[in-house]
Amino acid sequence: MNATARVQTWIDERLNLEEALSPLREKTVPVHRYSSWYFLGGLTLFLFGVQLLTGVLLLLYYHPSAGEAYESVQNITNRVQFGWLIRSLHSWSANLMVFCAFAHMFSVALARAYRKPRELTWISGVVLLFLVLGFGFSGYLLPWNTRAYFATKVGTEVAGQLPVLGHAMMVFMRGGEDVSGATLTRFFGLHIAILPALTIGMVLAHLMLVQKFGTSVPVSVENEWEEHPERRKEMRFFPNFFLRELLGWYAALGLLIVLAVFFPWELGVKADPFSPAPPGIKPEWYFLAQFQTLKLVPAHILFLDGEVLGILGFGLGGALWLALPFIEVLAGTRRIRWVKVGIIFVMVYLTAMSVIGYVSR
Amino acid sequence: MRILSAKFGWSLLCVVILAPCLLAESAKDTCVDCHAKLEGKLKVIVEQSASSVHGHKGMSCTTCHGGNAETEVKDKAHAAGFRGNISRAQVTELCGSCHADGERMKTFNPSLRTDQLALYHTSVHGKMRDKGDEHVAVCTDCHGAHDILPISDPRSPVHPTNVASTCKQCHADGELMKSYRLASKQFADYSESVHHEAMVVRGDLSAPTCSTCHGSHGAVPPGAASVANVCATCHVMQAQFFNESVHKDAFPEGCATCHGSHKIKSPDDHFVGLAKGAACAECHSADDDPGRAAQAIHDRLTQFEAQIKDTRSLMDRASSAGMDVADAELEIAQAKDALTKARVRVHTASLPRVEAELNAGRTVVLKAHNTAEEALRERTRRRKELLIPMTAFLAVAISLGAYIRELERKPSD
Repeated sequence: MNATARVQTWIDERLNLEEALSPLREKTVPVHRYSSWYFLGGLTLFLFGVQLLTGVLLLLYYHPSAGEAYESVQNITNRVQFGWLIRSLHSWSANLMVFCAFAHMFSVALARAYRKPRELTWISGVVLLFLVLGFGFSGYLLPWNTRAYFATKVGTEVAGQLPVLGHAMMVFMRGGEDVSGATLTRFFGLHIAILPALTIGMVLAHLMLVQKFGTSVPVSVENEWEEHPERRKEMRFFPNFFLRELLGWYAALGLLIVLAVFFPWELGVKADPFSPAPPGIKPEWYFLAQFQTLKLVPAHILFLDGEVLGILGFGLGGALWLALPFIEVLAGTRRIRWVKVGIIFVMVYLTAMSVIGYVSR
Repeated sequence: MRILSAKFGWSLLCVVILAPCLLAESAKDTCVDCHAKLEGKLKVIVEQSASSVHGHKGMSCTTCHGGNAETEVKDKAHAAGFRGNISRAQVTELCGSCHADGERMKTFNPSLRTDQLALYHTSVHGKMRDKGDEHVAVCTDCHGAHDILPISDPRSPVHPTNVASTCKQCHADGELMKSYRLASKQFADYSESVHHEAMVVRGDLSAPTCSTCHGSHGAVPPGAASVANVCATCHVMQAQFFNESVHKDAFPEGCATCHGSHKIKSPDDHFVGLAKGAACAECHSADDDPGRAAQAIHDRLTQFEAQIKDTRSLMDRASSAGMDVADAELEIAQAKDALTKARVRVHTASLPRVEAELNAGRTVVLKAHNTAEEALRERTRRRKELLIPMTAFLAVAISLGAYIRELERKPSD
């Protein structure tokens, strides 16, 4: 018996790992024409891991105060050994993570993988997407540059428009009436403690549910397999699927490094709360659709404030999206087509508004 | 008894409520009532007077014109102390009767000046008028009569942005100025000046207009000896360096010798040196030492400016490649400061003094240049160094791909 096997046996005798890992050995993944979409969830998880690792490294040098934040990021970028690489990796992987999370969610929605018994998997996934967006919003302010400062100002103002609790919410988020050092401290706490704790918990729950219910097969493939059982194909999760996933992670890491080297994430100009907002200020791309919609909404719709109505609309949209599995059940088999049309409409709408928001001045 | 006292109470309340209405009715202004209906010079535009600074302070027609505004009978209205039309000769003293009265003006605004009338008598306008000249400017010519607005109001003819246009009314009138043997192209010249551009185009109220150099109520043309003092109120360092230079005694007209008076253009580096249009070339040539020094100053300034531009473009290249050059930003700002200071030192007419300022600037611009170059080198280094890990990365990925393929070829257990 070689040394590795002896160590494995030693650990197994104490922790009984073989039994714990046996479900993974028996786990299989369906193989069909849409199988490649299955990698998106794992890819999002990998990018979240990159975020955690690079985030911890950035924490070693970052100072969360209005007077020092910008300078500390400047120090990370210019003086700390490989600081520029870690910062760029953090920023690029954050954006790729948001992209992968959206792509994963829409692929799941189009495949209707949220059907019984996977409703809770869907809900935990949508909550994870909201948490990822929360990471993006809170992390954006941390370099304390002009763009981040004014984008946060606009973003928190939007929350302040909500009736009844809006103003209180805005003051709570900002730590006062205006975006200041207090806002930065709050966002920092949210970004490095509260959101990671919530996200790690939710990721574990999501993975547990995925493990419990297995991988969903799209309805069209399921029907095809029922008609032709000989066409049913499966792949072992470990090592076959896992190694493929690993190859995907490896490619993602390579892409991240290339992006970080060729397109280092810019720092911009230090925020000056007393200067006027620069023209054409926009949020990050993943909030552009909402931003553009609020720009297009008329000032008043009947007797209601257009902006408030827009924000309430997004809130309602989010709630409906969360409740998608139940809406499908309520719609019944006959109207299921309309649910699909609704999903496609949401995708097209968000993409179109983001593009218009990006190109418009 | 109780009913009677209740009736008395109601009557008293009615009187108290209605009294202000009755009083308001009695405080009518018959001047406006009649003159609003008249035509020509005698017509009063009610809105104009009411929106003037005097109207806002509650002054009526009788404050200036006298008479009685409470009667509707013309003869009675035009009786007691009625002055009627105020002649040009009366205007300054009439305005001064309030505006030179410190006690009275304090009741409106304690910080208001009350020396306007005294200053007016020291001005060319005042002296000429005292001699009986009725064509010279009096208060109403600049401030208006019934429609007087505060100076801070942009609609006022004496608001800083409008002063030049107000002075122009007389001083650009060739015929009128000819009779005083004065030039009439000052406004045309000023309109082409850097000061006009700053004041009127950019709305910079700190820029000079006619009254800044000539004074307002005490307006006099600055004498040749005092021109430099006038300019020095804003251009402090230039004046100080000029006073230290050899030019001070040579040019009694001071600043105006090279820059002119009303048509002052924004000077660039071509203003110095021996090229066509340069101020120095008016007196010097390449044959004399000062001429060669002037040309050397020009060359050093233009070379330094080009050095700043070159560094700026290098920094922009580094910046657009995603490299942070924030440290160089501070240095380039210091270099621009040094260039500005060197340009001011041109007034010393001393090459070594200009050179000393430029040397300080050259040190910082070189640092900025090195920072930008280092940033670009770093970018190239990163890209080159990426090749090695990426090759290893690719090799591992291909091996992993091959391993997966091999694994899937084997029949599953």
